[in-house]
This record gives sequence, structure tokens and C-alpha cells, in this order.
Amino acid sequence: MKQLSTKVTSNAHGQDSSYFLGWEEYEKNPYDEIKNPNGIIQMGLAENQLCFDLIETWLAKNPDAAGLKKDGQSIFKELALFQDYHGLPEFKKALAEFMEEIRGNRVTFDPSKIVLAAGSTSANETLMFCLAEPGDAFLLPTPYYPGFDRDLKWRTGAEIVPIHCSSSNGFQITESALQQAYQQAQKLDLKVKGVLVTNPSNPLGTMLTRRELNLLVDFITSKNIHLISDEIYSGTVFGFEQFVSVMDVLKDKKLENSEVSKRVHVVYSLSKDLGLPGFRVGAIYSNDEMVVSAATKMSSFGLVSSQTQYLLSALLSDKKFTGTYLNENQKRLKIRQKQLVSGLEAAGVTCLKSNAGLFCWVDMRHLLDTNTFEAELELWKKIVYEVKLNISPGSSCHCTEPGWFRVCFANMSEETLDLAMKRLKEYVESTDSRRLISKSSHERIKSLRKRTVSNWVFRVSWTDRVPDER
Amino acid sequence: MGSLKKSGGVNGAILSRIATNDQHGENSEYFHGWKSYDKDPFHLSRNPHGVIQMGLAENQLCLDLIKEWIKENPKASVCTPEGVHQFSDIANFQDYHGLKEFRQAIAHFMGKARGGRVTFDPERIVMSGGATGANETIMFCLADPGDVFLVPSPYYAAFDRDLRWRTGVEIVPVHCSSSNNFKLTVEAVEWAYKKAVESNKNVKGLLFTNPSNPLGTILDKDTLKNLVRFVTKKNIHLVVDEIYAATVFAGENFVSVAEVVKDSEVNADLIHIVYSLSKDMGLPGFRVGIVYSYNDSVVSCARKMSSFGLVSSQTQFMLASMLSDDSFVDNFLMESSKRLGIRHGVFTLGLKKAGINCLISTAGLFVWMDLRHLLRVRNSFESEIELWHIIIDKVKLNVSPGSSFQCTEPGWFRVCFANMDDDTLHVALLRIQDFVSKNSNKTAEKASDNDQVIQNNNAKKQKWKQSNLRLSFRRLYEDGLSSPGIMSPHSPLLRT
Repeated sequence: MKQLSTKVTSNAHGQDSSYFLGWEEYEKNPYDEIKNPNGIIQMGLAENQLCFDLIETWLAKNPDAAGLKKDGQSIFKELALFQDYHGLPEFKKALAEFMEEIRGNRVTFDPSKIVLAAGSTSANETLMFCLAEPGDAFLLPTPYYPGFDRDLKWRTGAEIVPIHCSSSNGFQITESALQQAYQQAQKLDLKVKGVLVTNPSNPLGTMLTRRELNLLVDFITSKNIHLISDEIYSGTVFGFEQFVSVMDVLKDKKLENSEVSKRVHVVYSLSKDLGLPGFRVGAIYSNDEMVVSAATKMSSFGLVSSQTQYLLSALLSDKKFTGTYLNENQKRLKIRQKQLVSGLEAAGVTCLKSNAGLFCWVDMRHLLDTNTFEAELELWKKIVYEVKLNISPGSSCHCTEPGWFRVCFANMSEETLDLAMKRLKEYVESTDSRRLISKSSHERIKSLRKRTVSNWVFRVSWTDRVPDER
Repeated sequence: MGSLKKSGGVNGAILSRIATNDQHGENSEYFHGWKSYDKDPFHLSRNPHGVIQMGLAENQLCLDLIKEWIKENPKASVCTPEGVHQFSDIANFQDYHGLKEFRQAIAHFMGKARGGRVTFDPERIVMSGGATGANETIMFCLADPGDVFLVPSPYYAAFDRDLRWRTGVEIVPVHCSSSNNFKLTVEAVEWAYKKAVESNKNVKGLLFTNPSNPLGTILDKDTLKNLVRFVTKKNIHLVVDEIYAATVFAGENFVSVAEVVKDSEVNADLIHIVYSLSKDMGLPGFRVGIVYSYNDSVVSCARKMSSFGLVSSQTQFMLASMLSDDSFVDNFLMESSKRLGIRHGVFTLGLKKAGINCLISTAGLFVWMDLRHLLRVRNSFESEIELWHIIIDKVKLNVSPGSSFQCTEPGWFRVCFANMDDDTLHVALLRIQDFVSKNSNKTAEKASDNDQVIQNNNAKKQKWKQSNLRLSFRRLYEDGLSSPGIMSPHSPLLRT
């Protein structure tokens, strides 16, 4: 008799993917400025380490919150005992207001429609349990966050069917791609229960355009299915464009209290915007009472620690802090992203123009030996083992085109980022010169020029675009 | 649209079955007690006639010790001036292996809570969202939808949700009875196993809580050994929920399954422990659950699953420090045991004065109270529910009826004693004594000692009718009784 469950032996958790293997290599040989200057630099981890000082300063000024006190009185006992899955009311209120602030206060969030979860990992899985069953599928635009394979599919038995996006239009979602994905699901005998998007996108770092959002809302309306918008990166938008949430679109289309609005669910977390992944704070926001009710019960399996809820309710209720923080966060992210982009350019590498997220979607197609995923993996290995940078290959994000990589920039110091770019530049230059030697010089110079020219052309035509479309 | 959603029609936007079924168990009448308490909670000075909460298995007796420790150890918090230099590292830490110091501290604490008779390997410590998360996770690791776990009854009410709801696993109860003080025997397990297999069920394992909830009893070493041998023989799993391990206040030492796992006749790959700090330390709000398995594949899988319910790093950090403080831990365990013992003694003595007996117990945060003699109709679950409603509505105590624990004998109630201060306990006892003395002239026969019928049905809760109470019943109680109204469920499911 089979001793353990099928979940143990399946690899639907997705952790055998290269995404996680890179991490393992990093763990074995992690870069340290002093102790291990030749180690691997971690650029595969979408963390926001840029603004801890702001939180630490706040803590110093707010000893009550830090010391589990309220108005000078210890509330340790109350917190120690507080396990109500409805969550600390002050916390949900503060969270709702924070989410509103991130969206320019254009939309409102009702705290009673928030369900707390242990990180968005848990939030996404819980939503799946509520909306889908084994044999059901959700459509996801590629490339997507590798962890979704585990979060959405592993224990729920649901399936993911990709909506193929391509570099030809900056990886935007098109109507035909949506329809194709829907039909593909039907071919596979899967019942489509909804679409899930991450907005701003991981790994692209771009925001969904209004056109795409409208398209999605229309699509789910016509198919009578759900839309989950994982807005975990909503507070990392640093471009001059505003973040447009699916909630904005519902409001603009006057669909706020409609049937459709009940099928639109937002997932959020403080792991990226506030850089607090360790505290495990995730949230589901839904207009559907039954979803809220079921998800609330399920949150028992992953409640947020009460001491964490209390600390964060105080932090997020301080509007002076949140305003300053969001502003400063955006500023620092913008500077850091620019540093990465320039560093890449110096190495002759471009990336998808982005204005959000903690990473860039980097185009290394020209560095591939062949236009194949095998070549991509070969290149990736070289970058991990020789260049000593852990970056994430596009294939781990289910990208349909080889040669793209996600490179994070917000989880290290400026100096480390500098060093990483130097290493990359050295590698590219040495590769180029190696190729120059191995192939006929005429051919190589020609293709080198062509590459350089097309890069420039690409960049110039890109900046000419209307701001609304990336 | 709404009805289409529920009926699960062709509508593509319907929710999953899990989201719409009742398998979370929260619609049970069991929550009537919570609602009554929520509407009218007792407070010594502000609401002295309110409902006293005795349905919540919380340990509030030693929080002062923890509070003191926190005050004296500001470095253990990443938010204080003394600890804030660690803030960014800790806030950033989401490795599902957990902080090494945390795992070490937990393993150390678990050993101490078992009198130092066993040691635990920090590498096998896996985090989860409370024991709630741990139990669900272990089910996901060991069983597939449709598989069966044997669980001795009476058992913790929320197992129906934790073990079954999202996992699709089935529970087959192993009914224990008062004829032998509800002791779990190997024979009973063997019989239940045989019956299940005969009905073509795929039995994957046995799960029980030791010390027991709701009984407060501990399993003796011999039975534990024999059970471990039994599962080895049948090649099924054994999950022991040891969440009450450090709530032992009297009698024999608690024997953890960890103490018998090294036997040569035991296949350790089948043995798994669930633990938590919610009861032993009284910190349910901090959500510290642990899966400890002797099976490497299970450790590995559970660890990946822990992503769905990691312990907040802020909490890990604080507890790593607290639980490695040997002098604190030693004092805490000793004091906790002492205070629980005293509280238990006061309560059971008070009950005895009112002619109420409890199952003899040496652990837990509750007693298993025998009110069979107060049932209007012996051996009737309807009567149990009626009595329960009277206790809530008239005596104003929220206690938990045995039927909510799948007990097959009507008349038993679980009553918690560690979630209130001494004064409140005193009030509760007075109310009980008052209620019993008012009804000492009752005409119902006392249940005789021989009158124990083992009900080997599937322990379905009988839907009781809200009929008018009979005249003879009315004579029992001076106050007029109104039949309870139907309430819509709104209360949170608090850990029971």
C-alpha cells in the first residue's frame, strides 16, 4: 500500500525547478563583502531591503507598539490569547486604509471584506480552495511567478493554463491570447474557473495597462468566471504613471456593486511593499460574502501572529509614516532600478522597460548560442557558476521565449549591485571576444554591429511610445 | 444567481464545494454557547451576571511569568531599542526551515516538557500555523482524498475541520466508553480497523491527542507501546497530537510517543508528532504549531507545505530567546504544573460538593464532567442538548456538550477551568452548586452505574426538536424555560 500521500511524491510543489536550484547554489556559496567576496550574489530574490531604516526609526519613536503596550498599559495577555480568525479590527482597518493610500485614495476597501492569511502564499492557495476544485483551471499570463505552481496547484488539485504573452508587444495580454488559453483549457477537459494576474507583474516589473484591465474584466464577464488580481507589488510603483488597480477599473466602469464585482478578488501582502516577508502578512479582499466567509474559516490554517498584527496596526495607522514611507520607497526603488538598467546597458544588455517591482526583465537572447531553452539553461548555469550571480531564468517563469531573465535589484547594497554589474560586463565582454576568435571575424563584426544597432533601435522606439502602454 | 451558486449548476463562477459545504463544522449547534457568551460575557465587576466562558481551553494561569520575562529581556523583541538592530534581518527572514535558534529552542523545550526523558532533533522541527495547521498538513502528507484516519472518540471538535475539510480525508471514530473510563485500548483500535477495512476503506493511520482533549487523561506506557506495535504491524501511520504535553499536573508522568519510538519493533517512519505552544504556554495568538516526524520524506514535504503557515519571524525570534532560557523554562514548567493542579483541585472539589463527579484526570485545561444523572431522559442526546441549553441560558456557563466531541454516551460535558481568574471560578462553582441544590428534589432517577450502553453507531449528532418541554421537566426547574431560538452562525470558531 502506498504509504504517503501523492502530494509527497509529486513534484507539483515545483521546488525542483531551476528557480529554486539557483537559490540552493547561492546558499552553498553566498556573497559577503568581507567574508566571501567571490561568492554568488543573490539576484533571484525579490526582496525589498531599501527602507528598513524608516521602519526602525518609527519603532524608536513608538515604544508602546514595540513593547506590546497600549496607552502605556501592557496588552501582552490580550495579544497572547487573541486567535480570532476575524483578525485584530484595528489591523484590518489600518491595512484597508493603507491599500487605499497606495491607490491614491481613488477606491475604498471595506475592512470587513479583508481576510488575513499567512503571506500571499497562503492567501492565493486559500482563494484557490474557495474557487476551484481538482479538474478546474485558472488562466495565468506568462511569464508568471514560479511559486504559483505550488501555491495554486499543489494541494488544491487545480490546474494552471498559460495565457501566452510575447516580447513582440512587451508581453502584454491580448484578447486572442486569452481566448486561445480558454480554448486550450477546454481541449484539456479542464473547467476554467477564472484568470489570475499579478499586477504589477512579477517577473516583468510592468503594470497592466487600462486596456488590459478592461479586457480582463470584459472577458470574465462574458465567461462568467473569476478574476484574481495579486497586487502584492502595488506599493513598488516608481514610474510617473499611477498604479491602476482592477478596483479602479471596476469603479470607472460603474461595476462596483455588480455581480461581476463579486467575482473580482484582490490579493495583497506586506512582504514586498514594506519588506516584511518574515512577518507573514497576507490578505484576501473579496466582494463575495461566501468567499469571505469560507476564506475566513480557512485562515485558521495560517493566521497572522497577534503580536505582528498589533505592531503593524500601529505602524500603518500612522498616516504620517505611511505617506513618507510610500514616497521614499518609490524614490529609492527608482534610483536602484536605474542603477541596474545602466549597469546592464554597459554590458550591452537591455531589459523590458518597467516602472514597478523589485526586478527587471532582462533580455539576454543575444547571448544564447541557439534560440532554445537548453541554451537558456546553459547560459544560466554559466551566470550562476562563472559570473556568480543568481538570477532567474525565464523558463522557470514559464516564459515561452528563451533568453529572458529576471534580475532583482532591491535586495542588496549599491556597492554589491555595482559589483554584480561589473561581473556581468566582464563576462559579456569575454564571451564576445571568445566568439570573435572562434567565428570568422567578418561575420562576427557584422552580427555584433547588428546586435548593437537593434538594441539602440529597440530602446529608441520604446521611449517613443505613449506613456499608457509600457 | 445566488441559488445557482449554491446548487452548483452549469454556472462557471460558482465556488468550490469546499467553500460551500458544511465540512468546516461551524454551523453546528455547538456554537450556540459561543454566541450566548459573545452577547453577554461575564465580567466580575461590569457584568457579574453574564455568561462565564468555560468552553475555551485556554491556559491563562502563567502569562504573568511570560510577561515578566519579556519585560526583563527587551533584546528578544526586534522592536525595542535593545533589539531593533536585528529588525531588518528578522523582518526579512522567510526561510521555511525557520530560524535555527528557534528550532533549537523548540526542540529543547519539547524535551524539557517531557521531563528530559527524550530529546528532539531540531532538524525535524517543521513550522505550521498552530496545531490547526500542523494537523491539516500532516493529513496532506499522509493521506489522499477518501483515505481514512481512525480517531478515538470523544475527540477535539475541530478535528472534523482540521483533518477533513480541505484534505478530503475521512475520520472513522474509535468509540471509547465510560465503562473503562474512556481508556483507549488496542482491542478497540483493532476492532475499528478491522471494521473499516471490511467496508473497503483505505485506512492510512491512527490519530489521537495525548494528553487527551476532552478527557484530560494520559495514555499509559504499555498501551502506547502496544499501539505503536499495532500500527507497525499494519503498516499504518500514528499521529500523536501532544499539544497538552506540559499541562500534566498530577499522577504519572506523561509518556510521549517519542519515548517508545526507538523500540526495535517500531517502524519509526510511521510515527509523527504534532505540537504547539498554544496550551502549554498559553500563547494561541502567536500561532506556533510544530510538525515533528521521524519520516524524512514527511519532514521534507511538510516543510515545503509550511510555506502556507510559517511562524512570524518576529515570534520565532522572541521565542528562540525565551525558550533557550533554561532557568525561565524550568521555573515556568514547574509553576504551570503547580497552578494547574491547584486550580483543578479547587474546581473538582467544588463540583463534588454539588454531587458532580468528573472523570479522573491528571492533565489538560478542563475536566470531563459527568452529568448523566441530570439528564431528563437517560441516554438521550436530546436531553443532553436540553440540559446544555439550560446550563448556558440559566446557569450562565458556556460548557461543551459531549456530543460535540462525538461522544457516544449522552450526559458528559467538557468544562474548562484554566481560562479565568480565581474569583470567576468561584462564581462559576457557586452557580453550579446553586443550580444543583435547587433541583435536589428532582424526580428523575439517577443513572445507575451499570447503565452504560456503548453506542456503536457512527455518532451522528441527532437533530433535536425544539418541542415544548414536558410538564415533569418543568417541575424540575423553578424558572420557566423557553425553548431556545434558532440563531444564525456568526461566532468565530475559537480554538476549543
